[in-house]
Amino acid sequence: MMTNLGNRITQGQFSFLPDLTDEQITSQIKWALKNDWAVGVEYTDDPHPRNTYWEMFGIPMFDLKDPAGILLEINECRKTFPNHYIRVMAFDSTQGGESPAMSFIVNRPKQEPGFSVVRQEVDGRAVRYTVRSYAADKPENERYS
Amino acid sequence: MSETNDNSKQEVLPDDTEVDLQAEFKNSQIQEVLDKLDQDLIGLKPVKTRIRETASLLLVDRVRRQLQLSSMAPTLHMCFTGNPGTGKTTVALRMAEILHRLGYVREGHLVSVTRDDLVGQYIGHTAPKTKEVIKKAMGGVLFIDEAYYLYRPENERDYGQESIEILLQIMENNRDDLVVILAGYKNKMDLFFHSNPGMRSRIAHHIDFPDYHTDELFAIAKLMLAEQSYRFSKDGEKAFGDYINKRIQMEHFANARSIRNALDRARLRQANRLFASASKKLTKLDLMTIEAEDILLSRVFKEDRLDSDAETTSSNRS
Repeated sequence: MMTNLGNRITQGQFSFLPDLTDEQITSQIKWALKNDWAVGVEYTDDPHPRNTYWEMFGIPMFDLKDPAGILLEINECRKTFPNHYIRVMAFDSTQGGESPAMSFIVNRPKQEPGFSVVRQEVDGRAVRYTVRSYAADKPENERYS
Repeated sequence: MSETNDNSKQEVLPDDTEVDLQAEFKNSQIQEVLDKLDQDLIGLKPVKTRIRETASLLLVDRVRRQLQLSSMAPTLHMCFTGNPGTGKTTVALRMAEILHRLGYVREGHLVSVTRDDLVGQYIGHTAPKTKEVIKKAMGGVLFIDEAYYLYRPENERDYGQESIEILLQIMENNRDDLVVILAGYKNKMDLFFHSNPGMRSRIAHHIDFPDYHTDELFAIAKLMLAEQSYRFSKDGEKAFGDYINKRIQMEHFANARSIRNALDRARLRQANRLFASASKKLTKLDLMTIEAEDILLSRVFKEDRLDSDAETTSSNRS
């Protein structure tokens, strides 16, 4: 966390880089479509690293040929949830694969307050750690307003 | 990013800069597609002329852009009107290819849909459905067959209107991403545009597909047979000529589609005939040849029974 200025959460691909431009997002999606992966847009306002299942925005997009359609959906999602985390997922549906092949964040809240570490001392010298986001104190949908 | 920088550094080209349209034309390999269009599609003179015109406009536009003359992204949405079986879908496919070669659509695929694919069955179903189709068509051509069904004036709560509104919005805002082609019968499309002026104004090219003449239909029939390695015998040829003349007069005539169905049935009868004459020795030529009797057995030639039975021919709207 020390090296991560501004408390940006770092999940998925490219998260240590500056935010991707729409052009860069488009070329990433192009790659996904070239590999026949189904692309979906997901959002959440719970930044905890163990929160793996985000809400899906709209329906997953199969059989697309061009990234423009997905960018349209991303922008739609940004309009609806300007202050949420939004990520783009590419799902590889080939048999035996059937798992996410790509995942990167395309939108984040303006203010990311970061995480606190709670140390719980148990049994002698053992310590248990809990990581929780400051934002998660508030109920859903009010976290980054 | 870097490209725009280059452009700004470049000075304005003098007015007498030479322009090599021919080379550009060759580079686009558009001639191939146009030639194929000429070969594969018989007749349709006005359509071909329009496509050629559109292609040259787009080409000139592209050269203009290279010379930094202002050129707005042209509106490419089209409307194909014409009777059934006049080749609207086939031409749409070619159009997608032409636009792709000229770089006006990125992928050049054709997504062919009808009302059922766009309009949902309950409130809130239509928008996602339409959007899904649009997203699939992005980078290519969205072909809406029998588009007038989208608008049902007799039911004011029909969801078709919602679909039209989404389409209009996309047609305006995502002009670079997708080309919409509407198709349908002439009079019904006119009615459709009359009640949806927004749609009419967003479509720049209206192309009317004329009906085929008998000789064109005959050429089409021969082409279709050749594609399937069949051919007419001499008598068969004459019989089919008669068939076309008669069929054209009848109702539900669907141009090339009727011809295709007639040929399918002729093949059926031919197979039957070959089986019946199994005792005879057959040659490869026999398997390929459609004889007069295969055609003359058609319902079209039994005019006295025309109204009494609705035999196979009634299924020409497949």
